[in-house]
Amino acid sequence: MSKLPPFQLLIDEHATEVMAVLRGAVGREGAEDAFQETFLAALRAYPKLHDSGNLRGWLLTIAHRKAIDHHRAKGRRPLPVAEVRETPVEDPLPDDGVWAAVGALPPKQRAAVTLRYASDLPHAEIAAALGCSPEAARRSLHEGLKRLRKELA
Amino acid sequence: MTETALQRLTERARDEGLLDVAYTTADSPFGPLLLASTRKGLVRVGLPNQDADALLVDLADRVSPRVLEAPAELDEARRELDLYFERKLDHFELPLDWRLSDGFQLRVQKAIARIPYGETRNYTEMATRAGNERAVRAAGTACGRNPLPLVVPCHRVLRSGGGLGGYGGGIEMKRGLLELEGVLDHR
Repeated sequence: MSKLPPFQLLIDEHATEVMAVLRGAVGREGAEDAFQETFLAALRAYPKLHDSGNLRGWLLTIAHRKAIDHHRAKGRRPLPVAEVRETPVEDPLPDDGVWAAVGALPPKQRAAVTLRYASDLPHAEIAAALGCSPEAARRSLHEGLKRLRKELA
Repeated sequence: MTETALQRLTERARDEGLLDVAYTTADSPFGPLLLASTRKGLVRVGLPNQDADALLVDLADRVSPRVLEAPAELDEARRELDLYFERKLDHFELPLDWRLSDGFQLRVQKAIARIPYGETRNYTEMATRAGNERAVRAAGTACGRNPLPLVVPCHRVLRSGGGLGGYGGGIEMKRGLLELEGVLDHR
């Protein structure tokens, strides 16, 4: 088992990406709360983490659980589609309308698409993050992409 | 990423008891210091020539990996150190967490903490104070492993013959601190 690095390093290295992913998954408005919840949950669990090999994947998995919690708390109401971006500089994601369309997908599809393309997670990890089987994750991703193609065509 | 989001995170972590090691860097006449504290008190001071990242990794390993940059937690330490460097403070009062030391080393370091401002001792005296007058070499090692330099003033411990001995922050810094305290003349 490799040693756990100081938690601040996780924040320094991954906070921007976690925030970007959460913006994609829950929208700009809910992202800050989900961000706080993500890192607090991570900090709570951190000393007992056995494997420090993939801390980024671990954080993104927690982030997506928090995104799903967020949607459950909102009673799965769809979020407003388009958002006016005021501060584009710190967001590494492309902003050509694609992410607005992603933001309009149903929660599971949206989470699957963001996990795959913003966070580059494999299907198995997407499944873990969403709490479903890899098959179901693949299906959500497929459905989400199909819908995006139609929206953006 | 906004600063406020990160600051709020640190505050919530502290409020929920998840901030085990807080740290910050502080300016000094000798360069930036690393200051780290636990709930009990100051636990580590890193001198300018020491690798701050390595010290934080060591704290994560030996105290807790819940290490966060939280400058507000170290306001008192920074305040007292600032006053010390301005020669307006000759006795630190902030609480200390001694958990990084034990045994003979801890006894030596606690004896060092009692050396008054502007005075010096030698390694033999420190060995005696710690209860083993023959353990001079071990007393020297204990000085070198002092986790709280400046606040626990190991720069006041010199070689028996009058030589300066070593210092974790470099011999120039030791000389500078002794000049600051008026033990050595400015050259």
